[in-house]
Amino acid sequence: MSDLRELYQTTILDHNRNPRNARRPVDSTCEARGDNPLCGDQVTLYATVEDGTIRDVGFEGSGCAISTAAASLMTERVKGMSVEEFVKLFDRYHELVTAPHGVETHASELGKLAVFEGVREFPMRVKCATLAWHTLRSALAGGDTVTTE
Amino acid sequence: MSFDVAQIREDFPILHQEVHGKPLAYLDNAATAQKPRQVIDALARFYERDNGAVHRAVHALGARSTEAYEGARATVARSLGATDPREVVFVRGTTEAINLVAAAWGRSRVASGDELVITEMEHHSNIVPWQLLCDAVGARLRVVPVNDRGELLLEELDAILGAGTRLVAVTHVSNVLGTLNPVREIVERAHAAGALVLVDGAQGVPHMPVDVRELGCDFYAFSGHKVFAPTGIGALWARREILEELGPWQGGGGMIASVSFEKTTWAGVPERFEAGSPNTGGAVGLAAALEYLEAAGPGAVERHERALVEYAEPALRAIPGLRLIGEPADRASVLSFVMDGIHAHDLGTILDREGVAVRAGHHCAQPLMERYGVPATVRASFALYNTREDVDALVAGLHAAREIFGA
Repeated sequence: MSDLRELYQTTILDHNRNPRNARRPVDSTCEARGDNPLCGDQVTLYATVEDGTIRDVGFEGSGCAISTAAASLMTERVKGMSVEEFVKLFDRYHELVTAPHGVETHASELGKLAVFEGVREFPMRVKCATLAWHTLRSALAGGDTVTTE
Repeated sequence: MSFDVAQIREDFPILHQEVHGKPLAYLDNAATAQKPRQVIDALARFYERDNGAVHRAVHALGARSTEAYEGARATVARSLGATDPREVVFVRGTTEAINLVAAAWGRSRVASGDELVITEMEHHSNIVPWQLLCDAVGARLRVVPVNDRGELLLEELDAILGAGTRLVAVTHVSNVLGTLNPVREIVERAHAAGALVLVDGAQGVPHMPVDVRELGCDFYAFSGHKVFAPTGIGALWARREILEELGPWQGGGGMIASVSFEKTTWAGVPERFEAGSPNTGGAVGLAAALEYLEAAGPGAVERHERALVEYAEPALRAIPGLRLIGEPADRASVLSFVMDGIHAHDLGTILDREGVAVRAGHHCAQPLMERYGVPATVRASFALYNTREDVDALVAGLHAAREIFGA
């Protein structure tokens, strides 16, 4: 059960139960919808971007604990970031959850997001951990929908 | 001979393994079922000894392959209670069978303004081909709703049936709710209105005796891989008089009588519907699987699985926060449920670590999920080799999930 505890860490369970920024900012300037057709998870990301900075960000949708906590923790983290910084963080995060076993990640630089490191032991759940991230990236790039397929 | 599950399990090599250090409890049979040694051996024997081109080679292997392929067709017919093997068309699976009917029958027999009837509990494969047909010919798709228990509202079917109804397409057993539908009654009502009936038998054949003559339907489709045969093979049974009237749906080798640039004529039934080199090995495997099922006794299999469902239902209901989706009076081999505060996908992962294989998701039945207001469910589905120990492992895994989530 230890790798399950590694996956379902207290922080993840907390953000699943009480997701942060689970709302649509009134002044949002872009949005995108993400679907995981495999399990039916869906999330809509909203962001308020001013002068290349993410002033506000929120999400709505329904999903498993991993995808809900991923959306919640991501929105907490990226608020106030520039779009460029977000894209860099996206790559680091993606590496964190997909790096093969034994390969070094930059978990220590990711702060709270490091709780998702356990996901890489569960390849079937990578899409859950990355759905909100892909969706926000698409919203910021002017896209409107993404799917994980 | 009485049904001996321990002996049955001996026939399935894949069941005897540990997953994440726990004995495998395979409860994802509605998605795909495991294969007995008899099927695996039949495939190996075919490829080691008999493999050749069907219906054309004059050499010995070609003759043996043709005999095996046509023998498999006769086995499929017999297993469905059909008397004429020519009523059996080999396809890739249930999905292709339904698409075949939608194309070959639908495009020529359904016109603008006509109606096709499906139900709220259909799998996407018995929804989307009809939507495509409706879009192509301008017909209208009507849907028979289900009640909260997960049973079809037959009075609604009566209200929908009319002079313009061409077809009722219904699943034999719901892949989500386990509901065993009253196919005979539906057929009587549909025929009285002048409509044909297609039955999606993907969840029927593996779990109970099926007799198409007794059901009275016009088309019956099923998949090999859910009935202990390989993937990529399945069968469509259709009344001979219907097949004889239909043109082909795919063109190619094997489905013609003669070809010239001026005029091509079609082969007879069922070759007309089997363009290209067939999946001979798959057909051989399917026949072996159906023979295996016949030896086990479809009636005994049905009783065994019903007993498992009856054992599992109260055990699941006793878990705090667990809600069964659908409680049909007549249920076969499938249980779907959700748990308060734990998403189906998380349950699926936790159960997997306990060695329990289930399906978590929308089960290719999104309209039905919508009907019950759930994004996804966990589905445990039984086959003839499952035991009470498998159910116990499922229940223990769900308790573990509650512990992890602090529920």
